Amino acid sequence: MANLKELTHREDRLAGGHRLCAGCGASVAVRQVLLGAGEDPVVVGCATGCLEVSTTIYPYSSWKTPFIHNAFENAAATISGVEAAFAGLKRAGKIDADKKVRFVAFGGDGGTYDIGLQALSGAMERGHDMVYVCYDNGAYMNTGIQRSSATPKGAWATTSEVGVAQAGKRQVRKDLTAIIAAHGVPYAAQASISHWKDLTAKAEKAFNTPGPAFLNVFAPCPRGWRIPSSMTVEIAKLAVQTGFWPVYEVEDGVWRQTVRVANKKPIEEFLKPQGRFKHLFAPGNEALLAEIQADVDRAYEGVLKRCAAE
Amino acid sequence: MAEHKTLATTGNSVVAEAMRQCKPNVMAAYPITPQTTIVEEFAGFVAKGRTDCEYVTVESEHSAMSACVGASAAGARVMTATSSQGLALMWEELHIAAGMRLPIVMANANRALSAPINIHCDHSDIMGARDTGWVTFFAETAQEAYDNTIMAVRIAEHPDVMLPVMSTLDGFITTHSIDRVDVLDDASVSGFVGEYRPKNPLLNTEAPALHGSFAGLGGPFFEFKRQQREAMESARTVIKQVGDEYAQISGRPFDVIDTWGMDDAETAIVVLGSTAGNARHVARELRAQGEKVGVVKVRVWRPFPYAELAAALKGVKAVAVLDRAESFGAEGGPLFLETRSALYDAEARVPVVGYIYGLGGADVRLELIERVYQDLSDIAAGGVAPGSLVYLGAREEA
Repeated sequence: MANLKELTHREDRLAGGHRLCAGCGASVAVRQVLLGAGEDPVVVGCATGCLEVSTTIYPYSSWKTPFIHNAFENAAATISGVEAAFAGLKRAGKIDADKKVRFVAFGGDGGTYDIGLQALSGAMERGHDMVYVCYDNGAYMNTGIQRSSATPKGAWATTSEVGVAQAGKRQVRKDLTAIIAAHGVPYAAQASISHWKDLTAKAEKAFNTPGPAFLNVFAPCPRGWRIPSSMTVEIAKLAVQTGFWPVYEVEDGVWRQTVRVANKKPIEEFLKPQGRFKHLFAPGNEALLAEIQADVDRAYEGVLKRCAAE
Repeated sequence: MAEHKTLATTGNSVVAEAMRQCKPNVMAAYPITPQTTIVEEFAGFVAKGRTDCEYVTVESEHSAMSACVGASAAGARVMTATSSQGLALMWEELHIAAGMRLPIVMANANRALSAPINIHCDHSDIMGARDTGWVTFFAETAQEAYDNTIMAVRIAEHPDVMLPVMSTLDGFITTHSIDRVDVLDDASVSGFVGEYRPKNPLLNTEAPALHGSFAGLGGPFFEFKRQQREAMESARTVIKQVGDEYAQISGRPFDVIDTWGMDDAETAIVVLGSTAGNARHVARELRAQGEKVGVVKVRVWRPFPYAELAAALKGVKAVAVLDRAESFGAEGGPLFLETRSALYDAEARVPVVGYIYGLGGADVRLELIERVYQDLSDIAAGGVAPGSLVYLGAREEA
């Protein structure tokens, strides 16, 4: 793992000047992940979403790498095709057998947990030498904050509204990282932009793992979460410290918590600064808050058990 | 002429053989009846080391075309095959492949679309892909399917075209029947198709290219579409050039339409795919009885050969168009609409009658074709054309 000084000398492969919002967690995630690719060339694929539309407005590109956007649900299938072309062209003698190229696909939670799950599952099962990175901001932010299967229980979203009959999203989040780990891929990990060293180390591992690797990166969206754009990293840190977002890796089936949480903070500390959870703190919603705390505890303990069992 | 061998084999088998001979770098495919034997045979080539193609066994047709898009943008020669629901599932990606100007070659085994579910031949699937921007061939026979697949590579990769090309053959009728096919030797085919030299491949990592950019918010989306139109128009010339060159190695002349008896025909049937054989058979018998009948088979569906079709139908007194697909609510099937449009500028107004036939593999019996020629003969003699679309051979009580 490169140290901080070495990382500062690596080229930033996502150039500034893109049109993502101030404080966007996605661009932080991308830059940290690509730092983990080392010096080798990278081909980037991207699902339709904020990251894609804000970095590829014709005739400009914010990418200092070859880049492909195909559609919303198929970033994994698309980059698997690019990787297959690399293998096929090498076999045909049209690309130098020694040439090294890294393949990475980025998608938001909508494009990964929901509409892109099938293509992701297929690509992971087929064993392409690629890294898939989900930047998880817990809703369809590009289309205007609609709920996804990554949206937390109780969160307001424009399709999980708050009113007398309903207090935001009713369901718990889907545990995507565990689902991908269950594919038996050599490397799957959950990380947060607030823990850059952990994230970059995981990206490096993911890129250096032959075969498919998956990173689920917690990447707050100030616009959708109703937080100030200066709070992105802080809120991501609170997600880790409250156990809402356990940070771990699954390497060849072995689970390991990579960022230990000494004194898990109450979930309120993560929820309260966010406007999307404001209604939970109105009188009458105490039971729901308790339920959310219980959900988080259960999921967190589940991860700890898996890690301890190894 | 190149070396060749004559085989008794199926359409699917020779399409797989043509694909192997064209040396693709990537095939990403998913099984679906009645296409499956193409990808099965190709999997056999992979297992036996008869191709160095990277074979990607995707989890759906949507991912098949998605992976093809990625592989083609990466700089590979890319092929796939599908049918029916698979083609429908690809629909989004068909537009993207064409819009990104990727020269992917795909075979389609023409089959009905659900519901009700049905596995047999009609052209509903391919007509659903009509406006996706793919150059599209129809084959009557296994031989044509073989030839079209090879020509497709040259047309797709031509710098004036750079569009995906579909080589279609009728489900079961052409895909699975044993037919007589002349197959060229490997060297002649690979020499004919040549090497693909992509312009800005993703895998040229020294010169990073961006594929699939955002062209909304006042960007040049409209202008990109005009370029696609221009490429499709250029394909008209390229198809003829490639067809002429291919005829030199195959000994089989090629044109975008194929005519039979049209020099002096008074009535004619316009048709796509395997039914052209039935039509010619009946036409031959009627000719023997002195009837001046003809057949026009449309071999290239996109770009549609308006001028060639209008010229072939010049002087005819009545035309029947056989459509193996519906366009519910339109005046007729897709081929009917194109044919009538092609004849709009003709000097004389010719009655054009639309027939829907053979949906979901309904039998195309010879007496049905005889009935069509009888209708045309009546119209040519001053009779009244059927007022509405005819469902040819549909049972009154199913």
